[in-house]
Amino acid sequence: MIVADRKKIPEIRDMIQGHDRVLLVGCGTCVTVCLAGGEREVGIIGAALRMSLKLVGRGHVVVDQCTIERQCEDAFIDILAQRVSQYDAICSLGCGAGVQTLAERFPQKPVYPGLNTQFIGILESQGVWTEKCLGCGHCRLGEFAGVCPITRCAKRLLNGPCGGSREGKCEVNADTECAWQRIYDRAKALGTLDRLDAIAAPHDWSTGIEGGPRKVVREDQCIAGLGPKS
Amino acid sequence: MDTDQELVILALCCHYCAYAAADMAGSMRLQYPGSVRVLRFPCTSKIEVNYLLTAFERGIDGILVAGCLEGGCHFLEGNLRARRRVERAKKLLDEIGLGAGRLEMFNLSSAEGPRFAEIATEMHERVVELGPSPLRRGREAVLAGVAGMASLAEAVIAGEKT
Repeated sequence: MIVADRKKIPEIRDMIQGHDRVLLVGCGTCVTVCLAGGEREVGIIGAALRMSLKLVGRGHVVVDQCTIERQCEDAFIDILAQRVSQYDAICSLGCGAGVQTLAERFPQKPVYPGLNTQFIGILESQGVWTEKCLGCGHCRLGEFAGVCPITRCAKRLLNGPCGGSREGKCEVNADTECAWQRIYDRAKALGTLDRLDAIAAPHDWSTGIEGGPRKVVREDQCIAGLGPKS
Repeated sequence: MDTDQELVILALCCHYCAYAAADMAGSMRLQYPGSVRVLRFPCTSKIEVNYLLTAFERGIDGILVAGCLEGGCHFLEGNLRARRRVERAKKLLDEIGLGAGRLEMFNLSSAEGPRFAEIATEMHERVVELGPSPLRRGREAVLAGVAGMASLAEAVIAGEKT
């Protein structure tokens, strides 16, 4: 899932300066699961924002809130159309994709981000989320026993650990597992250590964000005549 | 504000401990400030951060959350969860400038009537020092807010709201 965390209330308050009616829009998908922008969090941030505005003498600003199923798809945003017309601005509590989808759908409305989108990750334990995937566009997990050195090794090494691996921990951060220790342990348990003997080729970064914004097109799913948006 | 009595402090009490302690304080004819309004919850873990913030938004001057002694929760760890939520709400109150001091969590058993009177007084004195909430909109509006919180609490107990 996409993991995000909320911005500080004063930052959100300053962003919406100059607007008298603001709609906080939550998202019911990834950011609900990572407890950053779902219905409950929207309620908390909404109440805190209204109080914060009042305390700085901007109590006249109306802050209403709603949460939709998914912000990153037009079909789910349509139900907002009528409501949005009653507001000067939107503050999205979705990920960066949600913010931009709202901005494209409502070109006349300023849209502000209420969250900081962090990474693609997993729930490691209750209340702790960890990055697991960089979205590099060329998955090589099969070569590394299902542990991604591109995301989880600070140096993105593909052919074994550096000298900073200490008792299974990374020298960059003692709380972080050494990805290569994990790769070795898993490959050993799976009986596939011999696969690690092969020299891993340098990573092809052209499939990642370095090659510009990416697009996935499934011709068979595109509606005839419409095709992908440019 | 004319007198301290006009302050409104909510005591959000667990049914299994603090509410019984408040009852005992009454039976024992113990005195505690009239600013403290007791609301009963099935467990302090039923109290969410947005419930606390909604109360402050309605102009309530202070909130004390009173749960069972640590290790003594009827639902095993409800009071521990409540404490973490109270801590989160306190951080938010600091962030917006209202101040974390207006909110506090206490632990006590159902046999501690005098302790309930003590924490109610302690919270009242703290809020007197902080002054009335800058968000209050007049006594009538605050009392209407309290009534709203009470009906919300009843709805929570009845299972109509989560």
